[in-house]
Amino acid sequence: MSDVSSIAQAKPDFIRFVKSNIRDYALLLSLLVIMVFFQYTTNGTLFKPVNMTNLILQNSYIVIMALGMLLIIVAGHIDLSVGSVSGFIGAIAAVLMVSYKVDVITSVIVCVALGAFIGGVQGYFTAYYRIPAFIVTLAGMLVFKGLALTVLGGASIGPFPKSFQLLSSGYVPDVFGGSLFGLPFNILAMAAGAVVTALIVFFNFRERRNQQAHGLAEEPHSIFLGRNLLVAAAFLGFTFLMAQYKGLPNVLVVMFALIALFVFLTTRTTMGRRVYAMGGNEKAAKLSGINTERLTFFIFVIMGALAALAGLVFAARLNVATPKAGAGFELEVIAACFIGGAATTGGVGKVIGAVIGAFIIGVMNNGMSIMGIGIDWQQVIKGAVLMLAVFLDVYYKNKA
Amino acid sequence: MQPILDMRGITKTFPGVNALTNVNLSVMPAEIHAVVGENGAGKSTLMKVLSGVYPAGSYDGEIHFDNAERKFATIADSENTGIIIIHQELALVPLLSIAENIFLGHEPATRGVIDWFEAFARTKELLKKVGLNEHPNTLITNIGTGKQQLVEIAKALNKKVKLLILDEPTSSLNETDSNALLALLREFKAQGISSILITHKLNEVLKVADRITVLRDGKTIDTLDTHTAKVSEDRIIKAMVGRELTDRFPPRDAKIGEPMFEVSNWSCYHPLHADRQMIKDVSMSVRSGEVVGIAGLMGAGRTELAMSLFGRAYGQKISGEVKIHGKTADVSSIPKAIEAGLAYVTEDRKTYGLVLIDHIKHNITLANLEGVSSHSVIDEVKELSVANKYRKDLAIRCSGVFQTTVNLSGGNQQKVVLSKWLFSGPDVLILDEPTRGIDVGAKYEIYGIINKLAEEGKAVIVISSEMPELLGISDRIYVMNEGKFVAEMAAKEATQEKIMRAIMKSWDN
Repeated sequence: MSDVSSIAQAKPDFIRFVKSNIRDYALLLSLLVIMVFFQYTTNGTLFKPVNMTNLILQNSYIVIMALGMLLIIVAGHIDLSVGSVSGFIGAIAAVLMVSYKVDVITSVIVCVALGAFIGGVQGYFTAYYRIPAFIVTLAGMLVFKGLALTVLGGASIGPFPKSFQLLSSGYVPDVFGGSLFGLPFNILAMAAGAVVTALIVFFNFRERRNQQAHGLAEEPHSIFLGRNLLVAAAFLGFTFLMAQYKGLPNVLVVMFALIALFVFLTTRTTMGRRVYAMGGNEKAAKLSGINTERLTFFIFVIMGALAALAGLVFAARLNVATPKAGAGFELEVIAACFIGGAATTGGVGKVIGAVIGAFIIGVMNNGMSIMGIGIDWQQVIKGAVLMLAVFLDVYYKNKA
Repeated sequence: MQPILDMRGITKTFPGVNALTNVNLSVMPAEIHAVVGENGAGKSTLMKVLSGVYPAGSYDGEIHFDNAERKFATIADSENTGIIIIHQELALVPLLSIAENIFLGHEPATRGVIDWFEAFARTKELLKKVGLNEHPNTLITNIGTGKQQLVEIAKALNKKVKLLILDEPTSSLNETDSNALLALLREFKAQGISSILITHKLNEVLKVADRITVLRDGKTIDTLDTHTAKVSEDRIIKAMVGRELTDRFPPRDAKIGEPMFEVSNWSCYHPLHADRQMIKDVSMSVRSGEVVGIAGLMGAGRTELAMSLFGRAYGQKISGEVKIHGKTADVSSIPKAIEAGLAYVTEDRKTYGLVLIDHIKHNITLANLEGVSSHSVIDEVKELSVANKYRKDLAIRCSGVFQTTVNLSGGNQQKVVLSKWLFSGPDVLILDEPTRGIDVGAKYEIYGIINKLAEEGKAVIVISSEMPELLGISDRIYVMNEGKFVAEMAAKEATQEKIMRAIMKSWDN
């Protein structure tokens, strides 16, 4: 009897599962479609090793900030100041390292701490005085844009010390010096990629076994296998491409570590859970004993530190601090989170979603630039994609 | 003489509930007609039917007003025929002036340009009629509640009112303002305007009403004429509460122990109006294993008392002492109150109790995440077993603990909220309207849970507007009115009449 019903249910389960998780799959699929599309329209330039590496370098600072922005948006707030703050921190870094010859490690620590402090000040007004984050960070955006100009005296400061440049332009050194088809091939990068892939697949399988042991495995087996196969193929293919160029950029390692940390923070820790609860229903969270003020304050501190780190990465990449640095970053970061499925009302959103969202924007920037589309039309298209993504979200939510 | 209003056979059902069954109400011209009944008797629903909030077709029965059958589709329809309702929650815009409020939506204007001289002149005239001596330019926020009430009435007069409906008009007024308002009703009567007065204050009813209609459980119980017969408060109370208590409560074997929760001289002020004292010098004590009920009418201050006790979640300038297990407890913030062993199940579970977009498991562990985590990392397997335990213990009916709480029925949502607080391991539970909006079967289950908690030796405080419920589940009852405890009685000796009388008496004083 039970066998019969489970067979009869198998198909509807499969469809129901896909339907209820359509947002996640659609996001991954869109990234894939967009990449294939640009691979075609750029005559194969997009997937060239050198371009792939560039894509990572160009988007690393957006991804880093999107991690913090996701927390902010899930908590029901917004931070408009991240672009200006990252520009300001880049300027401070330049003054410290270039003008005052402070050593690199100390400068980086001071800069990240300063970013955290700036975030803390904005978080303090938002959390304890209940001034809308939109206003507080709009003010911050103007203040730090101005301060960056002041610090730099209206001019650009550079170049940075070699060791600082390595943050963005350095690669994990290849210890093997291998070659493939007569071309240099970074065996270490490939090996690292293989290990990370194996780890991800291993953890996925372990979690699934755990779920099955408690009768919780909702995801149909075929989808689970397909998903893992796709992720593994993407990772291996990606590192294969990177290995053919200079290997793994340092910033990729930093970015990857941060993504892993934030996935863990949001899904496994009490703090992450409390942020989602607060964004979902602040009053209920407060009455459940969650110190919502302190939590809000704290996520702004994290955002400030990440904005500072992003500012350093950007400055190291350009090898110069300019008054214009960071302008408009906040918009790409916020767009990444919303394309990635975060809800404007708070309480909903995933770190991986925000990362994929950032890469969707990054691939579009990159692809359209290679195609020679002007900056004017690029903005129009990016705006339309953001609108479409959020519209589809709202549309399917209302239908459900 | 023909009645100006005749509502015949009004029946209104909501999914699962008969809010009104065959209710009749007739009001004569130039009559003050009082409608009384317990909370939930159907007074507000009846007025919503009359004023078009529930449009014609959504209820059965006929409404005749001013010599014609009326089928109101909107509030505007009823207002156009001269029926004006003034709600308990005043519908004034605080940062606009008296004149702007009175003419909101019908400004005297030519081609969209407002004639403020005309508006001011007419406002002055209207304010004179209601006896309010304020400048038309005064902002609403700068005048007291009593005067705001008068502005509402002036607004009604501006709309050529024939029947004025006042829903609990004096609930937030002091003695002088209340009397002025009642005098105004008499004056309107002299001018031929009828009014319907909905109130809990029977002394006021007896002062001004010509006739009284009593509603109970959505039915017309009685219509009393104060001119033909001598009507006493007791007579009205009996009609209001005269329902029979059947076997609606699980049996309970109370084992009452040591004092667990003691409050002395608790006072608290309104969070926005620092001079309005909401809780006045309340003292209480609850023993372990005891269920203590707090009775009172809406607005008596029961929720305010509970929330101010629970980590100062309500109010300001809070003073008083709380003892748990005989020792002074620090309940100055919500985390500290939870730490001290207090739990508060809110009256409004959707707004304050649940994260509706999240599933059952996450909601159950929210108040005690430490209990399912080590070093701030959540142990998902442990969390799952906790959620499944409460799902089983409290018989939460769901497809699984991953079901989103927004899709649960009211009773099951309440069980999720209860689970959350049980998992926080409290000694003292304050349950605020624990069975509101829940069907009879689920109510019985909730009562069973309350009994079990008491048997485990916890102190349980139940706030409820349903008096039979309080009488059925409590060991002892405090009666609260206007921020004070006005009576205390053992549940065995308590009756609904006694509770009502205690409330009425506190108004008379």
